[in-house]
Amino acid sequence: MKLSLGPILYFWEKQRVLDFYQQAMASPVDVIYLGETVCSKRRELSLSDWVDIACQVKAYGKEAVLSTLTLLAAESEIKTLKKYCDNGEFSVEANDLAAVQLLSEKGIPFIAGPAINVYNFKTLQFLIKKGLQRWVMPVELSKGNLVDILGDAEEDKSRSSFEVEVFSFGKIPLAYSARCFTARYYDLPKDNCQLKCIHHEGGLEVLSQEDEDLFTLNGIQTMSGRLYNLESELAAMQDIGVDIIRISPEPTGIFEQISTFEQAMANGSKNISLSDADCNGYWFGKPGRNISREELS
Amino acid sequence: MELVCPAGSLSALKIAVDNGADAVYIGFKDDTNARHFAGLNFTDANVVKAIDYAKQRQVKVFVAINTYAQSRGWERWQKAVDVSANYGIDAVICADISVMEYAATKHPELNLHLSVQGSATNRETLSFFANNFNVKRAVLPRVLSLKQVETLASQSPVDLEVFAFGSLCIMAEGRCYLSSYLTDESPNNCGACSPAKAVRWEQKGNQLYSRLNGLLIDKYEEGEKAGYPTLCKGRFNVNGRIFNAIEEPTSLNTIELIPALASAGIKAVKIEGRQRSPAYVENVVKTWRRALDAYRHDPARFAVKPMWNDALSKVSEGTQTTLGAYTRSWQ
Repeated sequence: MKLSLGPILYFWEKQRVLDFYQQAMASPVDVIYLGETVCSKRRELSLSDWVDIACQVKAYGKEAVLSTLTLLAAESEIKTLKKYCDNGEFSVEANDLAAVQLLSEKGIPFIAGPAINVYNFKTLQFLIKKGLQRWVMPVELSKGNLVDILGDAEEDKSRSSFEVEVFSFGKIPLAYSARCFTARYYDLPKDNCQLKCIHHEGGLEVLSQEDEDLFTLNGIQTMSGRLYNLESELAAMQDIGVDIIRISPEPTGIFEQISTFEQAMANGSKNISLSDADCNGYWFGKPGRNISREELS
Repeated sequence: MELVCPAGSLSALKIAVDNGADAVYIGFKDDTNARHFAGLNFTDANVVKAIDYAKQRQVKVFVAINTYAQSRGWERWQKAVDVSANYGIDAVICADISVMEYAATKHPELNLHLSVQGSATNRETLSFFANNFNVKRAVLPRVLSLKQVETLASQSPVDLEVFAFGSLCIMAEGRCYLSSYLTDESPNNCGACSPAKAVRWEQKGNQLYSRLNGLLIDKYEEGEKAGYPTLCKGRFNVNGRIFNAIEEPTSLNTIELIPALASAGIKAVKIEGRQRSPAYVENVVKTWRRALDAYRHDPARFAVKPMWNDALSKVSEGTQTTLGAYTRSWQ
């Protein structure tokens, strides 16, 4: 199995992003996803900046992929999307069917990101005909769903025609809205959001009135309150035939996490201890926020 | 513009038809539709009665088969499409690519509408569904501003239907897993959001607590109006500030946008609420029928009548209404 680093879901200053990817290139990840997937108003880096980083990643001997915006409503967003799709050099992770449409029209193979709703093998099969070469499973699907889908692919003798990637660590992207919740927290309209999300490197924590963790607000995106952590499931994922393990960037400790995953993959998942800030429910077909310790082998 | 009305039961369907619906939309009694609630929806026998009743009165019937089919049990979605085609339904409303592909291949004569759960917010995505499955109409997610709707309508390869009234989804439909994060059910995976089975009401002294899977969604003082604990509409704590961090309990009401939507070429307006009572259906359908007729008879002098808004407020969540994402200030 390979390790990937998903796109940065938060809004960080340009220099921080550049420094982050210098570290990422030196880390054990094999694939690096680059680009703005959450909000088109986040313009610390332009597409050409992302392509520059992608070139460095490639020169370093790693795979670079450009990830596209998830919720596309404005004309300007479609224009930018076209530029991503027409980059001519790097693979594209499509996070909306608009990207699938643009790429498949031109016969360019693509990666279906976690926000594309693929819940069964027949849908996957259709997208393979359109050029899908790698599938990132939607976050709410379980190990059981994955086993069913890959079983159908085996039966169809098409399992070797695509790779499977599983979101395995980080705050889970759960929802997208027209409304910016960070701006709302500041009582600002979205059109005058003042890019407040740049001050929240890991989003804004939402607790219940009894102080239980619920969600994380990240601009127009709502994320899980807890960190998804499938470190204990690496061996199971290997058995099922998962090709790539995705780690999603978090503001702190992510490179330590990558090393931990790399070691666990090398040595087998042993002595894994999950904290109360972690969750793994989706993988076990339970509420996503749940943590199943008893399932650990 | 066509008035598309919800029917969670045969009695609601009759009321919608009698009060001026141009089309009604229904779902089967299983997880193939996005209002998979206990006591709601149609058995095969009721579907036949529903179609007979509506057709005799020249009202169209659409069937929502708009959840995402899972590999195991995919046959349920297949059957829902087959049954709809065999009964001569006017259109099926789908979201899942595999269900669309099946319908388009097996029943090419069956009209396909793209559900709001299909998350089509731009012309490229609409083209994807038009080109691949010959989709005739798409229901737009409640995330676009009026200007964006107008632009999209001018470029769309398919007819567009927009939400006109009802409970307001704050997230892009088809792209929200908040419910399965706190419970194990979401609109995509089984047609439920904040499912009733996970709801608990608890009286603590003078306060009423609403919980979803044990987590506190909101608490109400004595005399304060309590709402169903839809998880995005609770009061939460963000850095010590307790407020409706995501959205207030409120309903979408676009009656004043009728002229703008009609001018933009919007083909149909949709009333949300298959889970609501027949009384809700009667009130909302009757009011919208009057408003649309008033516009049709004299578009230049169309003005919203206070009595329309009064009638609609009575059945709105939290008795408040909003124009939602259609106005930029809401976003």
